[in-house]
Amino acid sequence: MGEIVMLPEQHLKNQNTSNGGSALDASQLTQLQQATANYSSLQLAWASGYLAAKSEQGQNAQVLPAPAAVAVAKTLTILYASQTGNAKGVATQLATTATDAGITVNLKNISDYKAKSLKSESHLLIVASTNGEGEPPDDAIEFHEFLSGKKAPKLPNLRYSVLALGDSSYEFFCQTGKDFDERLKALGAEQVTPRVDCDVDYDSDSQSWSLNIIESLKEELTQTDAGLAPVYDLPVTAGAASQYNKQNPLLAEFSLSQKITGRDSAKDVRHIEIDLGESGLTYQAGDALGVWFENDKQLVAELLATLNFTGEEQVTLKVSGEDKSFNLEEALTEQLEITQTAPAFIEYWANVSGDEALLTVAADKNTAREYAANHQIVDVIAAAKADISAQDLADSLRKITPRLYSIASAQAEVEEEVHLTVGLVEYDENGQLRTGGASGYLANRLEEGQSVKVFVEHNDNFRLPANGDTPVIMIGPGTGVAPFRAFMQQRDADEAAGDNWMFFGDQTFTQDFLYQVEWQGYLKSGLLTRLDLAFSRDQAEKIYVQDRLRENAQELFAWLERGAHVYICGDMSRMAKDVEAALLEIIAEQGSLSEEQAKEYLKDLRNAKRYQKDVY
Amino acid sequence: MTDSSNAKGPLVVEGNLADNERLKRESNFLRGTIEQDLSDRVTGGFTADNFQLIRFHGMYQQDDRDIRAERTKQKLEPLHNVMLRARMPGGIIKPEQWLAIHKFATDKTMYGSIRLTTRQTFQFHGVLKPNIKLMHQTLNSIGIDSIATAGDVNRNVLCTTNPVESELHQEAYEWATKISEHLLPKTRAYAEIWLDGEKLEGPEGKETQEPILGSNYLPRKFKTTVVIPPQNDVDVHANDLNFIAIADQGKLVGFNVLVGGGLAMTHGDKSTYPRKADDLGFVPLANTLDVAAAVVTTQRDWGNRVNRKNAKTKYTLDRVGTDVFKAEVEKRAGITFEDSRPYEFTGRGDRIGWVEGFDGKHHLALFIENGRLLDYPGKALKTGVAEIAKIHKGDFRMTANQNLIVAGVALEDKAQIEKIARDHGLMDDGVSKQRKDSMACVAFPTCPLAMAEAERYLPGLVDDVERILAKHNVADESIILRVTGCPNGCGRAMLAEIGLVGKGPGKYNMHLGGNVSGTRVPKMYKENLGEQDILTEIDTLVARWAVERNTNESFGDFVIRAGIIAEVKVSKRDFHD
Repeated sequence: MGEIVMLPEQHLKNQNTSNGGSALDASQLTQLQQATANYSSLQLAWASGYLAAKSEQGQNAQVLPAPAAVAVAKTLTILYASQTGNAKGVATQLATTATDAGITVNLKNISDYKAKSLKSESHLLIVASTNGEGEPPDDAIEFHEFLSGKKAPKLPNLRYSVLALGDSSYEFFCQTGKDFDERLKALGAEQVTPRVDCDVDYDSDSQSWSLNIIESLKEELTQTDAGLAPVYDLPVTAGAASQYNKQNPLLAEFSLSQKITGRDSAKDVRHIEIDLGESGLTYQAGDALGVWFENDKQLVAELLATLNFTGEEQVTLKVSGEDKSFNLEEALTEQLEITQTAPAFIEYWANVSGDEALLTVAADKNTAREYAANHQIVDVIAAAKADISAQDLADSLRKITPRLYSIASAQAEVEEEVHLTVGLVEYDENGQLRTGGASGYLANRLEEGQSVKVFVEHNDNFRLPANGDTPVIMIGPGTGVAPFRAFMQQRDADEAAGDNWMFFGDQTFTQDFLYQVEWQGYLKSGLLTRLDLAFSRDQAEKIYVQDRLRENAQELFAWLERGAHVYICGDMSRMAKDVEAALLEIIAEQGSLSEEQAKEYLKDLRNAKRYQKDVY
Repeated sequence: MTDSSNAKGPLVVEGNLADNERLKRESNFLRGTIEQDLSDRVTGGFTADNFQLIRFHGMYQQDDRDIRAERTKQKLEPLHNVMLRARMPGGIIKPEQWLAIHKFATDKTMYGSIRLTTRQTFQFHGVLKPNIKLMHQTLNSIGIDSIATAGDVNRNVLCTTNPVESELHQEAYEWATKISEHLLPKTRAYAEIWLDGEKLEGPEGKETQEPILGSNYLPRKFKTTVVIPPQNDVDVHANDLNFIAIADQGKLVGFNVLVGGGLAMTHGDKSTYPRKADDLGFVPLANTLDVAAAVVTTQRDWGNRVNRKNAKTKYTLDRVGTDVFKAEVEKRAGITFEDSRPYEFTGRGDRIGWVEGFDGKHHLALFIENGRLLDYPGKALKTGVAEIAKIHKGDFRMTANQNLIVAGVALEDKAQIEKIARDHGLMDDGVSKQRKDSMACVAFPTCPLAMAEAERYLPGLVDDVERILAKHNVADESIILRVTGCPNGCGRAMLAEIGLVGKGPGKYNMHLGGNVSGTRVPKMYKENLGEQDILTEIDTLVARWAVERNTNESFGDFVIRAGIIAEVKVSKRDFHD
């Protein structure tokens, strides 16, 4: 996201002689040379203008969009949606033909293609087969949904053609190819040659389409210096602090809630996407998102009924320092905390009710805390009846506070979206299903398209190394995986060369491997160097991430010795402690250090910001 | 006449070899990098070539297709698992072996079932990667393996399940076992990978000889049977190589050899078709293994390695000519085929219920719908078989019709076994003849090739067909009815009187005109029928059959005589005509 300073080489040389504090140092120079290494002469010329303008306008100035006549290295993207391999075969052959014609080709299985990249494509060919009754092949389902969905971007700069494979004995012959063609057209893309629908004997039709399209595109895709390229807007960093904060949250669109544990999982973990729209709200990998939530109306009703309130009772609450009037139902839904019980409430309610059992619980702080942690307000009240006024009830409850979730995305990848990984808190209390306030709100009650109040909580104590070459070790079992998904997206976008090692764990491999296909993709692309997994319930003995750390002690220590940063995210009470104990053990053993020295070692890492935790 | 007497095509097809040829060649005798994949915890599946290579070890990678789309949304990979097909020549399994496979299926598979299959063996479905080695080691401990039950090799050898003619059957069964062993891959890859057997180093190792299969193995799958007429329960015409047992005064003296059957085809590709086997002639017993090897090596050398869709023995025969193929087999085996001895096939079904063998032992054939042994509400089939296994002193025989025979029961044990069978729903006098004559392959949710439902579709379809037969007053009759989820042929629909071949979800091609004994290939009658259309067609056809048929005329014979469908005499010429 950060802007890279780009200067043409000759400017640099001129300035270098004076070296008056403003010229680049050796590493900056290397950086610059690397950044501009594959620029064409036109691009270099543009960059020089860009920088000149920037030096005149000062650091916070808006950057002008690039002039329209910039040429970029154009790539022909070829996607195939194959079920039995026919489309793949045709696409592979097509790629060879294109390459032979001097065209730069990016050939991909449609399932490996990030649909969001469509808007930066200039030329796209799709070879698509169709399944049984007109559905897309498995690999193409997601792309197909994206293209037909409301998230599909306008594609005015895209030139494309589609080859459809099918079987004319089916009613919906070549339907997937037709769908792609129509959607691309509807999104403003320009069809270069008409779609061809091939039957089971597709050889000659597909060949003539291939030759035809390559012939049509050859000229424009092999020119490098003409002014035909689309305009690109360079990303502009929002320098100023955001206007949104805890008190003044952004009303953002809740755009997706997707369960990402399998159907037989003991857990319900959601991948949540929130659309920040045009708000300009920005965040960095490692930040958290604050989410304001509303309580469950059913729970509020249960609470009202337990105390024989109608909900229409008027209560006064202080909001931003001023007294405001609410009816009780409204207050309990939007203003007051009724899912997380404070130990103070236990004490208060014990006194009001005079209930012996509750008084005993309240007498001991530890017992009270434990009891509070396992009982929502309504359960405390139901267990010990008391007569109380609506205002007294309101006064005895804390104000609702937003929950913070580690952000699971990087804006370099998802732009105006923010993603969260939310574990739905659910437990049974005397036959009643109780759900967490915020997690229940996000997972069950909010519907896609509704608004949610959010703000960004910056966390400078959980940041990727500034240097992309620095290796990174990430330990994030369960929903602790969230910020590491953001890290990977960021390092991917940065093309950071440093090694990345992820430790993930959960209950079972088949049901609880959060973001499995994404991790597999990062391994395949080489971005992720290693992935070690610990699934506690897949075998007789329990295996946790700390066990995998110990198994890899030598290698892990070697990474630390070559400067790796270590990150832990997730459960504080058990996991983070066990992991830290394992790390100390590994450091002592591998570094031949005493226990004290190992602690020193880890402390030094912490001070150097090489050991960071985001635990809760 | 044979299908191919006039063909004079090239003996070897030149061209770029199919990719499977590369992977077999590079596999280091079927090892590939399977071991690395086993220790890869990131995926439940096998990668690239190994995905294919595990087939040679008797496994297919599958996933639960019912939840594939759901898991895609969950950002989880498909629920990868493997199906294992055991190698059980002739389908005989002992009670103690049965109890061990029962326990493994119950404890370590996703579906918990034992699936009896048309290859006369059992399959485990839904074994997750961490349990695969355990599975092979469990089987090995009871003397069972799964070598070469899939892939481009000679697969599990079938043998007529006929415990009545006990002596003849025993001899035939022994030949099935001998043929299976003789044609088995010699590589030690299976033992090394799954049983932690010692590794043989380098290309100098003894195993680098695959004297029969060759280092590239066969061009395509290869299936063999031993059959005892008049039973054709193994469906010889679905197989590449068949040994028809010829007896003289109750003693086995030799075999008629039938070559080049096979049912697989590809929708829309007219160069593919189901085809009957050709009769090459009679050989005495002593030449059996030489002939088996000669047929396999001829197919190995002449089979099409360029186009896998035309790689099976049946296409080799149609390309080079059966006479040329036969002459080559004679040359390689050092024999001359004698004229075929007369024999006759009368049917293919199993005789459900008790029968008494010549040796005075009793045999109970249990009808197992779809071959799926699992505990259903009120019908604890799997538990029932296990309970029988606990007390049974004989053996079990899995049939090519997916049924199970409790064989070799002494008179005094009959009552107890029958009680267990009845208590667990394994014996049901209400099962119709039609249901016994109906069969389906596995298909959804596990088979990756399935285009339409088969096993889950069949029971309801049979209910409907029973109603149609009753409506037209032919409830005591039956029609050989088979459903297969794709055109590859596991359900052997291409030898049925009514064969339904999956085309897409809920859509089937309907073939008519096979016969009762399994010696005629049915032809496509209607394409892409939905389930309701299928019933309408069957209703119309059965109505005519019930009224217009000659005495004892079967449905398949009737539709041809009545001109409803043309007879397929020579597949290559007639099937797509």
